[in-house]
Amino acid sequence: MELAGLVNYGVFMLTLAGIYAVLTLGLNLQWGFTGQFNIGIVGFFAAGAYASAILTTAESPNHLGGFDMPFLVGLAGAMIVSGILALFIGLLTLNLRTDYLAIATIGIAEIVRLFFKNEEWLTNGVRGISGIPKPLADLSVSSAVTYLLVVLAALGVTYWALHKGHHSPWGRVLRAIRESEPATMASGKNVLSFRIQAFVLGSMVMGLAGALYAHFVGFISPEAFNPEFVTFLVWVMLIAGGSANNKGAVLGAVVIWAIWQGTEFMTSQLPVEYTTQAGALRIFLIGVLVQVILLWRPEGLLPERHPVIKAKPLPEED
Amino acid sequence: MNEALQLLVYGTVLGSILTLGAIGVSMLFGILRFAHFAHGDMMTFGAYIALSFITGLGFPIFGALPFAIVITAILAIAIDRLVYRRLRKTQPVILLISSFGIAMALRALIQMIWGPGNHVYQQGIQIPYRAFGIAIKPDHITIVVGAIILVAALNLFLHRTKLGKAMRAMADNPDLAAITGIDNERVIMWTWVIGGGLAASAGVFMAMDTHLNPTIGWHVLLMVFAATILGGIGKLYGAILGGLAIGIAVEMSTMVIEPVYKPAVAFGIMVIMLIVRPAGLLGGRT
Repeated sequence: MELAGLVNYGVFMLTLAGIYAVLTLGLNLQWGFTGQFNIGIVGFFAAGAYASAILTTAESPNHLGGFDMPFLVGLAGAMIVSGILALFIGLLTLNLRTDYLAIATIGIAEIVRLFFKNEEWLTNGVRGISGIPKPLADLSVSSAVTYLLVVLAALGVTYWALHKGHHSPWGRVLRAIRESEPATMASGKNVLSFRIQAFVLGSMVMGLAGALYAHFVGFISPEAFNPEFVTFLVWVMLIAGGSANNKGAVLGAVVIWAIWQGTEFMTSQLPVEYTTQAGALRIFLIGVLVQVILLWRPEGLLPERHPVIKAKPLPEED
Repeated sequence: MNEALQLLVYGTVLGSILTLGAIGVSMLFGILRFAHFAHGDMMTFGAYIALSFITGLGFPIFGALPFAIVITAILAIAIDRLVYRRLRKTQPVILLISSFGIAMALRALIQMIWGPGNHVYQQGIQIPYRAFGIAIKPDHITIVVGAIILVAALNLFLHRTKLGKAMRAMADNPDLAAITGIDNERVIMWTWVIGGGLAASAGVFMAMDTHLNPTIGWHVLLMVFAATILGGIGKLYGAILGGLAIGIAVEMSTMVIEPVYKPAVAFGIMVIMLIVRPAGLLGGRT
């Protein structure tokens, strides 16, 4: 491969890794900090992707809109739609136990998928939505590099916001809920309200990732998401990186993404007659990897670190 | 009216399949305290083992079924020994994550061995019996009767044998069971044998009813969970009731809403149940 090709490939991979890192941060808010088990990640991801696609594409007879709005409006719309979806689900299910919530969220992801697939007036069904614009594409530099910077900026803002949240009293309540709900309730916190906030915010971050993805690939359809696999990969990323550690979440996303791509390189060395099996082999290896992590390093690469609560210095007396 | 009766037949067939899956999920949930997300893919695995015996070695379906049951049960024990058992000390939710990974790995393994395409056990079209304006395929009768026999046998086992009683005791209260001298690990092993075996049967029946591909089990998992929760966790009769109720409700719903939204119906019933009566119809554990 020539150098230019290699650079293009690197930019492409980094952009996807960045999008996965945003997803992993969203899950970290829900699972890592609050202990909410969401296996419907791809439902919120898809909702964001579709919302932004419908808002920003040029008008089309095939689906609702498009409304030809700017990129940032698309991102905001994606977060709002995912947030509303999460709010609706949260009000219904967040009082449930963890494992019931897990079951409920796969149901939601499945229903979201069926909805986007079958409501053709909204989404053009299986034919999908194409022509989703890439922002700042008309700048003179490479549009791929520009978009990578856009994704990294979104990742940076998300990271910063979640970091602030984690270190605030608000984040402390979420961790308290994760450790002991009755104790948190006993200290006068409205547990349900905090749980809903965490779930909705985490899902909004996933919606943001969905929008970033839609603008990156330019085309989305219900089958483009490979539903369980994306959800699964994000879980592996968070567990590998370290639940409840935002740096870990980002690191995990990058490392697991690199391993995932590495296995593609590995399986491409297999003889041609095995190529159909190669994709399955890669998923199998990731499935085994997650067992290995759970058995031997359940805390992940970067274990949770509790923020130090600094006492404010007393005002000096004269 | 005829349409409703016909859907009732389909619903009973689907319900029988869901029941076989739900019994395993319900017992495992009761004893090990986690929702076993790899159960659907265990069903698929069993169905493919039967496929190998049927198309590879020329066995009849019912000759292949015992092999599918035994091999799937062995697989279930092996997974438990290798992974789940070592994670039991941690919170049950870690087991849930692990089983989600096992589900992905198992499905990938099935694709590697048998390929991603569709299969059927037998080519050709069955002539359905017709009565009162409804059509019933011979396979439908086989599936329902097969499910009844398996459930009846399990019922006898759970109520008449010492091991069966120990299993019910453990599903009820593991700590109490342990201090009365019940060997937990042995009970857990047999729970996997029963759960895995019934999952394999459910998979074989499902493949008889329609066709076989690597995702059939995963796609039915949500309905199996719905049946488990509806009936009440840890309750055998609950799993039967829940399975039939979900199966019939899902099929009957196609009279009023589009068939593509079938999983949404199961999901809706499940969520309502979780909110109104989380212990399930028969008051299992919450």
